[in-house]
Amino acid sequence: MDRPKSTEPLVTVRDLAFYRDERPIFQGLNLTVAKGSVTAIMGGSGTGKTTLLSLIGGRLVPARGAVTVEGAVVSSLPRKALFALRRRMGMLFQSSALLTDLDVYENVAFPIREHTRLPEALIRDLVLMKLELVGLRGARRLFPSELSGGMSRRVGLARAIVLDPMMVMYDEPFAGLDPISMGVIVKLIRELNDALGMTSIIVTHDVAEASSIADYIYLLGDGHVIAEGTPADMHNTDAPEVRQFIGGLPDGPVAFHYPAPRYLDDLLAREPS
Amino acid sequence: MTAGAADMIGGLGRRVIEGVRRLGHATLFMARLMPALGVALRRGRLIVQQLYMTGVLTFVIVVVSGAFVGMILALQGYNTLVRYDAQSSLGLLVALSLVRELGPVLTALLFAGRAGSALTAEIGLMKATEQLDGMEMMAVDPLPRVVAPRFWAGWIAVPLLAMTFSAIGIIAAYIVAVSDLGLDGGVFWSQMQSGVSVTNDIMGGLVKSVVFGFVVSWIAVFEGYDAKPTSEGVSLATTRTVVSSSLAILGLDFIMTAFMLRGL
Repeated sequence: MDRPKSTEPLVTVRDLAFYRDERPIFQGLNLTVAKGSVTAIMGGSGTGKTTLLSLIGGRLVPARGAVTVEGAVVSSLPRKALFALRRRMGMLFQSSALLTDLDVYENVAFPIREHTRLPEALIRDLVLMKLELVGLRGARRLFPSELSGGMSRRVGLARAIVLDPMMVMYDEPFAGLDPISMGVIVKLIRELNDALGMTSIIVTHDVAEASSIADYIYLLGDGHVIAEGTPADMHNTDAPEVRQFIGGLPDGPVAFHYPAPRYLDDLLAREPS
Repeated sequence: MTAGAADMIGGLGRRVIEGVRRLGHATLFMARLMPALGVALRRGRLIVQQLYMTGVLTFVIVVVSGAFVGMILALQGYNTLVRYDAQSSLGLLVALSLVRELGPVLTALLFAGRAGSALTAEIGLMKATEQLDGMEMMAVDPLPRVVAPRFWAGWIAVPLLAMTFSAIGIIAAYIVAVSDLGLDGGVFWSQMQSGVSVTNDIMGGLVKSVVFGFVVSWIAVFEGYDAKPTSEGVSLATTRTVVSSSLAILGLDFIMTAFMLRGL
């Protein structure tokens, strides 16, 4: 995978802080996504990976710090400019978020119909081209309820790229897929990124898949980046947090136990009724 | 005062405060929805689609209920009127009851139970399955795209359904009166024609159903949009739609009737 890599940043996150009901999700988060790259953001459940995508997409506003996309601070954009920016960002939700009252074809056509006034013949060509890319041209008259998890995620992917965005954000694209569907999605993300000249941000906890396609990996924990580097760097590091995550070890710097009082005290104590 | 009574009063107070808070919440939502309503008007196709869904959903139940209510009114009305030898006024009685009161109120109640709850569940589920979030990320505002067409459809459907209800009820009453009770058909219609005022009775009923349509649709889309995005949250919101709509319809009906009868 030796490609000329751009070092020009598309997304930068600087000193980001975000709280959910007083609970800190991010404190002093810094990261950069280079244009044209596939960047994986990894971390255990509850480390705020999905929240980060919402912050980049401007659906949440940070308490401190800034998310910059193409030089513009997302949280300070007026609604119109934010929507204009979002048109150039695709997003694949973990649940695919397909509209259940529309079939596959109409789901993929949805962003085109909402944002452009293209003639029907052209819409048809665009939709079929994107469906061909994800291998579901033949499934265009099926409804979301008739699709398997892997298929609906591919439809979601076709919809995310139908307006040829500059970047696509993937929220747990590999979660809950069988090995074949997973392989298909992994291959698609890399191929689409390179063929369409996009930038991809993948939020995931699947180590092997992310390592196989990412150019750069950030590992999140405790509200900030605890490790970063190329997949090779991550596999060769000695840092215990990274070893635990990459190796899938149940206990280590990231504790197995949720914070609790001493076990013996807890067993001897009585629950207040 | 015993502790139990204090608790009861406290609980009552909390419920009132909670109710007022939700009303404020719903009003703010309406303020946000207003501009979206204008935007949605430019895409009439979406409104017609929703009108078809909600209207058709409720049409059969409105027709059947209207027929039964009309027939019952004819039987009961005849039973009372005949004591005063006034059975020739049956047509007038049935028409006034339906057009001014039962048509708008019962239609709105049926609509809340049938279509209002479905609206809430649909919007709530779209929220729970990230469909609304997905739209936002596709730079599509769900208020004009999803909520506003459904609100318009409900608002338009209720008056149309209420008129259908009254018309069917009158026809059903006529059939019972003439074929079963042996009244003269001509008298039935002519009494109705001379006694029902277009400006007072028919317009009054229309105003009521327009208000009910507005309120039921407002509650339905608000509860759906405000629902907790879980299966429990959606079921709770659906129930709330039916309960709040029913209470709002009856309460507003009382207020409007009082004003209308006193001539404002």
